[in-house]
Amino acid sequence: MSALGTPLRRLEGRDKVTGSARYAFEHTPEGCVHAWPVQSTVAFGRVESIDVDAVLAMPGVIDVITADDAEHLNDADDGELLVMQSRNVAYRGQVVALVVAESLETAREAAGALRVEYLTGEVGPDVVLTGDHPKLYAPETVNAGFATDTAVGDIDQALAEADVVVDRTYTTPALFNNPMEPHASVVTWADGRLDVVESSQGTTSTVQILAKLFDIPVDDIVVRAEHVGGGFGSKGSPRPNVVLAVMAARRVGRPVKIAYTRQMMFSIAGYRTPTVSRMRLAATRDGRLLGISHDAFSQTSTIEEFTEQTAEAVRHMYAAPHRSTTHRVAALDVPTPRWMRAPGECPGMYAVESSIDELAHELSIDPVELRVLNEPASDPETGKPFSSRHLVDCLRRGAEAFGWDGRARTPGTRREGGRWLVGTGMASSLYPAMTAPSSACATAHRDGSYRVEINATDIGTGARTVLAQIAADALGTVVDRIDIRIGSSVHPLGAIAGGSSGTASWGWAVTKACRSLTEKLASGTEIPHDGLVADADTTDDVEAMDDVDRHAYGAQFVEVRVDLDSGEIAISRMLGVFAAGRILNGRTARSQFIGGMTMGVSMALHEQGVMDARHGDYANHDLATYHVAASADIPPIEVEWLDEQDSHLNPVGGKGIGEIGIVGAAAAVANAVWHATGVRVRDLPVQPDALVSRLPVR
Amino acid sequence: MRPLDYRRASSVDEAVALMGRPGPVRLLGGGTNLVDLLKLGVESPTLLVDVTHLGLDEIDDTADGGLMIGATVRNSDLAADPRVRERYPVLARALLSAASAQIRNVATTGGNLLQRTRCVYFMDATKPCNKRVPGSGCPAIEGASRELGVLGTSTECIATHPGDMAVALTALDAVVHYVTADGAATIGMDRFHRLPGDDPSRDTELPPGAMITGVEIPPLAFGPTSTYRKARDRRSFAFALASVAAAVQVEGDEVRDVRLAIGSVAHRPWRARVAEELLRGAPATADSFRAAAEAEMAAATPTEENRFKVDLVTRLVTGTLLELAGGGR
Repeated sequence: MSALGTPLRRLEGRDKVTGSARYAFEHTPEGCVHAWPVQSTVAFGRVESIDVDAVLAMPGVIDVITADDAEHLNDADDGELLVMQSRNVAYRGQVVALVVAESLETAREAAGALRVEYLTGEVGPDVVLTGDHPKLYAPETVNAGFATDTAVGDIDQALAEADVVVDRTYTTPALFNNPMEPHASVVTWADGRLDVVESSQGTTSTVQILAKLFDIPVDDIVVRAEHVGGGFGSKGSPRPNVVLAVMAARRVGRPVKIAYTRQMMFSIAGYRTPTVSRMRLAATRDGRLLGISHDAFSQTSTIEEFTEQTAEAVRHMYAAPHRSTTHRVAALDVPTPRWMRAPGECPGMYAVESSIDELAHELSIDPVELRVLNEPASDPETGKPFSSRHLVDCLRRGAEAFGWDGRARTPGTRREGGRWLVGTGMASSLYPAMTAPSSACATAHRDGSYRVEINATDIGTGARTVLAQIAADALGTVVDRIDIRIGSSVHPLGAIAGGSSGTASWGWAVTKACRSLTEKLASGTEIPHDGLVADADTTDDVEAMDDVDRHAYGAQFVEVRVDLDSGEIAISRMLGVFAAGRILNGRTARSQFIGGMTMGVSMALHEQGVMDARHGDYANHDLATYHVAASADIPPIEVEWLDEQDSHLNPVGGKGIGEIGIVGAAAAVANAVWHATGVRVRDLPVQPDALVSRLPVR
Repeated sequence: MRPLDYRRASSVDEAVALMGRPGPVRLLGGGTNLVDLLKLGVESPTLLVDVTHLGLDEIDDTADGGLMIGATVRNSDLAADPRVRERYPVLARALLSAASAQIRNVATTGGNLLQRTRCVYFMDATKPCNKRVPGSGCPAIEGASRELGVLGTSTECIATHPGDMAVALTALDAVVHYVTADGAATIGMDRFHRLPGDDPSRDTELPPGAMITGVEIPPLAFGPTSTYRKARDRRSFAFALASVAAAVQVEGDEVRDVRLAIGSVAHRPWRARVAEELLRGAPATADSFRAAAEAEMAAATPTEENRFKVDLVTRLVTGTLLELAGGGR
């Protein structure tokens, strides 16, 4: 019987719920001291002076590091990691000093007591992104190396000749990842070797970046991340915390711990940029898209360019002979945005799928049918064949399971109990199916057990479990016989847990190593007393993959109830149908889909970083004031997946499921709110503010 | 580390005496707000006096048919009390709409009344705030004001009392009992919380050094026809954008009597006396409810960000009164 496809529970589930699983901050090396960052209280300017002596005199304070005496760092291609390399302040919350003390409490108190004087100009910080900000420019490329602009045909001509044009602008606010476990590092520097316990989505890159920053040979660095309490992209690359901890450990000669507070997560952990998306759709009266155009605007900081690939998704979605996408970014006095669950696709598809919904209404065509009408036969921009694409099947199955047929074309017509307006909405989802090179090592023991090693990271997704399932199948044994070792850079190099590519990337290497081991065993190779070993690396295999378009697809359906007494929105039903290749573990996969959809609801209705334009920070920087969806906001979410076979993927056959659930969810919610009320809100989150004055009275 | 003394008072007199020490001294109930403020550096007391072991955790019937609620009765216990649920459902519902189950299990009646505003500028010790540092300015007025006050604001402060329980108690004409070094005294809920005026540092009219010992709710014949509605950004664990505490007595098609208070719109729970006056004797219809709410909100001075609260309150009052009056007429 195959282990894959079995809804196995997480192997470490018991350890986690009983508290024996150790997260980064719970590791305490002998003699460990505590570091606490001091953050700038101005958004722009220069540190004039820091009264280090007063704090050094406090009992228990070991050291205070500032830009004046911080260790020199090499540029590792991320300006956020060049901590305290100059007195310049690029944003409010940037680290200007680091206090090291014997206890956490002392470090915190001393950091709070450190007097820092700043020189600031007459002009306030430049922190508010708009679609016409004078600092907008075209970057060379956007995140993940995608093209800044693309054009096919003549979009202006299409707009001029169309029967119907939709030209609308949609915005999403700054969004913050906020995994349950804030960023944390525990660093030991001894005898020229660096040992790091880190809350990370991938320690392989942490090793490489620390080596570069501090000029330490990679062989002298070990980074471990055995258990990680989520990341949503914010731990996909090292953040300042680990650099600060390494710097402190090297300086004081003792192990150092650091952890972000929840408030710090709103300035030095990365976040999703606010986005402005202008969508222009040109269509014939019978619902054929002639042209589709997406102009995306986002922000970055003045110390590092990060451009969200907001208009990437539309390049792959719908057939249209004339096409255009652009990205413009403004470098503001703000923290550098970074990856957050489905960067690009998530805010981009909110705009795309909202505009398609508006077009459907303009044309009086059912939104599902409009999407089906414009289904492309190959990638609509490049013409590349699809590895597999079952979007239409997702739409059809979703419509059937949700009971979409018979939905009223006219919005605002379904009233229940005098007090509620009820409506439904839907949207498509897509996310690229990516694979990155990885290595793995499989060892057979004489007692019939196996050890499988790879530097994969389980950030709560169930990766450890599914890799054991993959190994068991490849070795022709059961999961109980597999000793799976992940989460440390001592293991063979694994890609990061990001881009929904972890299982595909690691699973391929594990499969290859296990198959190689099976062949060795089959050929009669004697098992030495310390085990028979087989190594594998997929660099060449990934390189040799077919040049086809690989995406996972989905369709999401939502029913909302809007309270006429308050404009409050309650989601009463939600369904997602996905085609994401082979589903390897139904239990953990369902959780991933539901988690993504939940986060999409949270984006649609709740989450919003509120920029304090005067002081230059996000004013609501804790979880009391930055709202994420509570359980009461989320209905029982139904998830289905199609049985999709795709021979152009990795041998495991999965497309990745970590991110697609969030893509399209916010549009489906906003479309449902429109259908319930007739009010189209184009700025997320959709809250009572925009509705109360425009709803009918009771 | 910041030194902080903790004392568990063994009597109300001892607690009051400890309040007279050089300070700042703060009374500790459930700590659900105070401890946050300590961590944020908003409050820096030198002494915390724990008042949760003084036997003030009983709910007693009063001679006239009301209730006397001890100052340290936990929110969850108060919400679950059968007498509260029967006589004053508005109070039980207000309590249950607040915070989370875990917080309600420790939060006390007295502490709840004294919770501070959740204005993001007040909560951030790195920014100006006239309530936290008098004279430092109010960045909220031109800043993040979406959740802040629209009634009774001043040029110094637009903070709101964020709670739910106090809104219900205001509608119910509750009376706060307290003790100072000079002895026991009382103050009505409609005067307990202040408007900010030119001294927003003071949330209440409670004299310095006072300790709340209990809250008395007078009898209200039509108390059983009362409820609490709260509009918020998520369906649990969020402060109100606006809330309504209402009790109505309808005879025939006419409102005979009404109690109405609005939450999260002002520095204090807002007793809607203008609307109450208009409603007494008015037809129990959506139109007259709406007209009364609009009249109450005519005095609103919203910011651009919280202008929506005016319509929100009008709708919420109308809907709440319709529900109590028995339907969607």
